[in-house]
Formats: sequence, C-alpha cells, structure tokens
Amino acid sequence: MLSRALCGTGRQLAPALGYLGSRQKHSLPDLPYDYGALEPHINAQIMQLHHSKHHAAYVNNLNDTEEKYKEALAKEMEFHHVGQSGPELLISSDLPTLASQSAGISGDVTAQIALQPALKFNGGGHINHSIFWTNLSPDGGGEPKGELLEAIKRDFGSFDKFKEKLTAASVGVQGSGWGWLGFNKERGHLQIAACPNQDPLQGTTGLIPLLGIDVWEHAYYLQYKNVRPDYLKAIWNVINWENVTERYMACKK
Amino acid sequence: MLSRALCGTGRQLAPALGYLGSRQKHSLPDLPYDYGALEPHINAQIMQLHHSKHHAAYVNNLNDTEEKYKEALAKGDVTAQIALQPALKFNGGGHINHSIFWTNLSPDGGGEPKGELLEAIKRDFGSFDKFKEKLTAASVGVQGSGWGWLGFNKERGHLQIAACPNQDPLQGTTGLIPLLGIDVWEHAYYLQYKNVRPDYLKAIWNVINWENVTERYMACKK
Repeated sequence: MLSRALCGTGRQLAPALGYLGSRQKHSLPDLPYDYGALEPHINAQIMQLHHSKHHAAYVNNLNDTEEKYKEALAKEMEFHHVGQSGPELLISSDLPTLASQSAGISGDVTAQIALQPALKFNGGGHINHSIFWTNLSPDGGGEPKGELLEAIKRDFGSFDKFKEKLTAASVGVQGSGWGWLGFNKERGHLQIAACPNQDPLQGTTGLIPLLGIDVWEHAYYLQYKNVRPDYLKAIWNVINWENVTERYMACKK
Repeated sequence: MLSRALCGTGRQLAPALGYLGSRQKHSLPDLPYDYGALEPHINAQIMQLHHSKHHAAYVNNLNDTEEKYKEALAKGDVTAQIALQPALKFNGGGHINHSIFWTNLSPDGGGEPKGELLEAIKRDFGSFDKFKEKLTAASVGVQGSGWGWLGFNKERGHLQIAACPNQDPLQGTTGLIPLLGIDVWEHAYYLQYKNVRPDYLKAIWNVINWENVTERYMACKK
C-alpha cells in the first residue's frame, strides 16, 4: 500500500466504502495546468507523454502489483511439521493444534519478495511524479521567500549555492533517476540527495521530499536531446516555490 | 584500463610507442555505416546523437577518469581509487557496450542466424523464436536505463540471456561474454518510438548483424 507520507501527497481513501480492507485504486492525478503551460522551458509534447503515458503506466502497474501482493499475502503456504511430511500434513486431524506449534509460514513470502522491485519501481514512480507536477508551475521561477529562503541560506550558504548543488546532483545522476531537495527531520535541516530509477526519497532515505528534478531521459530528451544541463538551466524558470514552501512548512511542525 | 575481452573488441596499443606504461587514449570508433543506414528501424537523428554525443562523451570521460586513476595509483591513494570506481564503470562500460553495439547492427541485418550459432540457440532456448521472445522480454523489462544481452557462459558452455543496469558491462559484472547487446536507455529510441519501448524492440530485430554475433560466438567457443 502507498504509505501516507508525513507531509505531501497521500492516497485518498473513500470513507463511504466502509468495507474493512477495501480501498480505492491509485489514480493518475490531473496536471494542475495545460500540457503547454510550461513552454518554452518544458515543451507540451514532453509534458503530454510524461503525464499521460509514463506516469499513467506507473499508476496502472502499481495497481496490478498491489493486487498480486494482496493475493500473495492471503495465500497459505504448506505447514512444516516436525516428524511429518508430504500429504500426511493435509489430512492430519491434529492439524489445527500442530499448526500453532509449527514452523509454518503463512502468506507466500517468496512471492511478496519477488514483487518488491515492481512495487518500488511503480509505487516510487507514482509518488515521485505526483510530487513533481505540483513542484512546477507556469507562474514559477525566481526565488523562494521567508522561512524557506532562510533555511536555504542557513543550510547551503546562499540560494545560488543551493541551486548549484541541486543542479550538480541532478546532472550527475548516472542513468535514470531524480535529484531532490529534502528535509532531514532528525537533524532539522535541508539536504540534497539523488536517487536512482524511481526509488522514492522518503522510502529509501527517510528524507521528506520537498522538490524533485526528474532526470530520466524521457523528462527532457525530445527538447534538449543529450544536453541534460540545458534542461536543468531551463527548469529553474518553472519551479513552484509556493508548493515547495508548503511542503517545507508541513515538515517543520 | 580497458581490459581486453577474450573475444570482441580490444583497444589498439601502438607498438611504435615503446615506452613502458605509455598507452594511447581510448577513441570513438567509427560507425561501420552512415547515420541513416538503419532507417526506418532506427532513424538517423538517433544514430547521430547516440554515436557522436553519447558514446563520444563516454570515451572522453573514460580518458579523464583513467588519468585521475593513474595519479591515484601512483600515489597509492586507495580512497581516491575507490571514489573513481563508479566513473570508471560507467564510462568504461559505456565505451565497451556501445563499441559492441555498433558492430551488432547492420543495414544488411535481420532474419536469422545460420549454422553453429543457430544450433546453439535452438539447443539453449528451444527455438529461434523463443530466444527472440526472451531477449525482447529481458530488454523491455529493464527498469530504468540498461541493456539486454545475449551472452556466452564459458564455464557452462551455453548461451545465456541477461540484463544489466545503466552501463554495467556484461563481462565485467557477470563473467558472460557479450555476443549481442540491446541498448534500452531512452536515448536509444525515444526520439522515434517515444515511451513505446516494445516497438523499438520489434524494429531492431530487422537490423541485427548475425554475421558479427556469429563471429563473437565462434571466438568464444574456442
């Protein structure tokens, strides 16, 4: 299940459903602006493919994976009894008693573990992109204000130094991944991190995601080709500092 | 240093240099065909960017990394050597992988292999079609950037399909000898196929250079 982050997006549970264990599937969130709204910094073709194809696939595959995971959780494995083996197990009248003493394993653990990569990949993809769309805005750009700006100055020296560091971390990702501005709750400070593939920041590092930069090639290639640094230069023009600030304020509590 | 694979491409050492320890830098190999030669299966724009920008960058960065590594070695600085490992694997792997890849493709490619390679494929996968399905699935299924591979397991004397993440080179990380690689980094197909990686896979079978794959196989089998 998509664990509800301390701050940031959570999955909507439908209270009206009421059945224990029943839940709504994950769904593709609407983009808060038109596909062309971030031009010329990120073009409409990229935004349309990125949202309606890539993110949509993560959502669908996440739902499929969670279905399979539910089945694996529910499945009962054969019990292993000391002194018994094979078909005897299944017809033994002592089964209920022995079961409680047995080293039996309920739930198909192997299947659950086999599903982990798909859950991390598609679940992470859904989390990451849901945050990303809100981190961008046609009215974005410039610098943050108030408490977030103060924290940035405190933890990085200046806004420009922060910008350099996050840019370098994002450009430097080898292969597919994300650059992140995150909040370290334990230490109470901002931190820059990079994650590979769709590994979600909070799930893998504990940092609370504030601002993510998608550096998978699909995020920029149609417009910037191999020149990832040009994409990074451009994206600073559409960063939604209001949203990043909201996320920061929610963490600081 | 680019370790010379048991079979496949090796780096040319210039015997004329003669100095102990001196060596030529790595260089971008020429593409054996024009950028547009693999159309309509892989378009010219992709081939040009892929070869002259992406592969070229791996070569340049590999040379830089090896320079730094040489310095660290000379100083006996183990920490610095270890810190350089990711860059060496990434850029070195990128250079190895792409050097193999260009030879694995040909405008005269496609169809099926013949002779010993075909027999080995039938023996190890059941049929050519089953092999094609497996390598396609392995390549499509790579999460993120990486490569699908047909490799040769020298220990067991059989063919094997594998997938590697990022630019991890097949032989260096698994011991399998690379015969045929399928680049599934998005830069390998996105401009033409967008998010539909399976369509790229369908198309690439039309330009596989089975002569080259067979050469690599025969060199391994010895």
